[in-house]
Amino acid sequence: MSAVEEVTNEASAVEAVPKRAMTLGYGTSLVVLGLLIIAPMFLKNFFVFQLTMLLIYALAVLALNILTGGSGQFSLGQSAFYAVGAYTSAILMEHMGVNYALTLPIAGIICFGFGFLFGQPALRLSGIYLALATFALAVAMPQLLKLGFFEHWTGGVQGLVVTKPDAPFGLPISQDRWLYYFTLVVAIGIYIASVNLLRSRSGRAFMAIRDNEIAASAMGVDVALYKTLAFGVSAGITGVAGGLGAIAVQFVAPDGYTITLAISLFLGMVVGGVGWLPGSIVGSAFIIFVPNIAESISKGLSGAVFGVLLFLVIFLVPHGARQVAIVAQQLIGKLKK
Amino acid sequence: MELFINQVLAGIATGAIYACMALAVVMIYQAIDHLNFAQGEMAMFSTFIAWQLMQWGVPYWWAFLLTLAFSFAGGIAIERMLFKPLAKAPILTNVAGFIALFAIVNSVAGLTWDFTIKQFPTPFGSAPFLGSQLISTHQAGMIGVTVGLLILLYLFFQFTRIGLAMRAAASLPESARLVGINTSWMIALGWGMASAIGAIAGILIAPVVFLEPNMMGGVLIYGFAAAVLGGLTSPLGAVVGGFLVGVFENLAGTYIPGVGNELKLPIALALIITVLVLKPAGLFGRPIVKRV
Repeated sequence: MSAVEEVTNEASAVEAVPKRAMTLGYGTSLVVLGLLIIAPMFLKNFFVFQLTMLLIYALAVLALNILTGGSGQFSLGQSAFYAVGAYTSAILMEHMGVNYALTLPIAGIICFGFGFLFGQPALRLSGIYLALATFALAVAMPQLLKLGFFEHWTGGVQGLVVTKPDAPFGLPISQDRWLYYFTLVVAIGIYIASVNLLRSRSGRAFMAIRDNEIAASAMGVDVALYKTLAFGVSAGITGVAGGLGAIAVQFVAPDGYTITLAISLFLGMVVGGVGWLPGSIVGSAFIIFVPNIAESISKGLSGAVFGVLLFLVIFLVPHGARQVAIVAQQLIGKLKK
Repeated sequence: MELFINQVLAGIATGAIYACMALAVVMIYQAIDHLNFAQGEMAMFSTFIAWQLMQWGVPYWWAFLLTLAFSFAGGIAIERMLFKPLAKAPILTNVAGFIALFAIVNSVAGLTWDFTIKQFPTPFGSAPFLGSQLISTHQAGMIGVTVGLLILLYLFFQFTRIGLAMRAAASLPESARLVGINTSWMIALGWGMASAIGAIAGILIAPVVFLEPNMMGGVLIYGFAAAVLGGLTSPLGAVVGGFLVGVFENLAGTYIPGVGNELKLPIALALIITVLVLKPAGLFGRPIVKRV
């Protein structure tokens, strides 16, 4: 080894999470699911809309969680994939008259392609360099969307208005409630698929790469393929979330998909607990409601309150909601005895 | 031809600022192996302090020096209170910490000084430099201050005991500790210096981009691009990278059709990604070997 080379024992980006600890037990899952089904029946339309956004962001956080908690790569650029998904849905619905439900898989596939392609150069980067490259992607995206070249399709700075779908078959529920249940079904489907993905052979390959890349490749894992695959899957799910977001908000514009969104999603993952899939919902609630609460405490100080809360989370519960859940579980266990 | 020279000189002037930011980024990266995403906000806050001092009637250069002292102390305080406890945490936790710091500083500055755009004075004036139309005195001043700062830093790191100790602590912490260097305080010192260098960058660029809480967003990204281009492990590389990015940005904005002002930022980012892919260690960085 030459003298100029530097040898490091690089700390891994993410602490290892055992596979079993990634999900909730069946009982708890059913309780959460029950709550999610019943909740909108007692709420006003505005709160139903907020719950819908909660599920949508939870999906995006989940996607990031698969990338980071699963394969150990991390991304500050999820807002870019979210934007591509949102624009795909909006353009398909408004310019081509495609049914809203059909636009979601298309958005997912297109974003999977984008993510897979972006994963190619990202292969050579790790840790902080990857954070930087994806950060760059997130910053560039709003400006690319504003380009005059695409303006015919994207509506440029003004963006596009999306029509809100009615409940089908003449069901007697409001548009907001219908959209909520539609989102819930999509979210559950993707959640189950993600859990199964992480438990599959591919999931084990992701985790092997996360824990030790060189050892994984020595065991015969195709590191390049699985790393790009993780990027693709994550981007695909984020794209579906983006499409749903566009339908729920009824509007897409470049300034809705700035770096702030990417950072929010990243924080949602940290707060929920990296590698713990149910944490995505907790993290998503954090990024949706905490800024509102902070703003009600003091207008203008919301950023500071947000930051201080985040520091508290990092210092007191570094593993996020997962840690709280484990402690709660132990307490319940003691009570039973 | 005159347009070309003009653009190159303007690029060198803004490049000087990127070089300062990149230098600040590299100082902290050397010390703790993390990129400080809050560097730009820290610089912005320092610039506001300088502005406030001047509003209170402190003369420019005194305000400048007081701000540097304040930023130095502030940098050390942030390291001691917030990031020393995180030293052993995973990268992810640290990134979250930097983002939290970013949000806090940005919001406190906005609350204290509000979001209206403020004029910031320049000590050099904005007349053409030495009667030439190519460059203004402020731009020349920016280049001059940066070059002076670089020489000072070079002398500090090459010829003083503390400079040597800091280099030792950055390159081989364990061995440095064995010969009696207090590595923990060397890291804090690195934070303080990075914060002060950032303050200089902020004060110099404020007359150009105007003073407001979000002023450093773009500058920080160019600073990152510069640091990556030069190599995150090399202060010299950061400086060269800064000037290169400045010139490249200006030339691309002028000569590549369809780029203009709007696409300048994505250009810097494309540059980051290209360099990372072709030569991950940067132009002057050392390649890193991983031990299994």
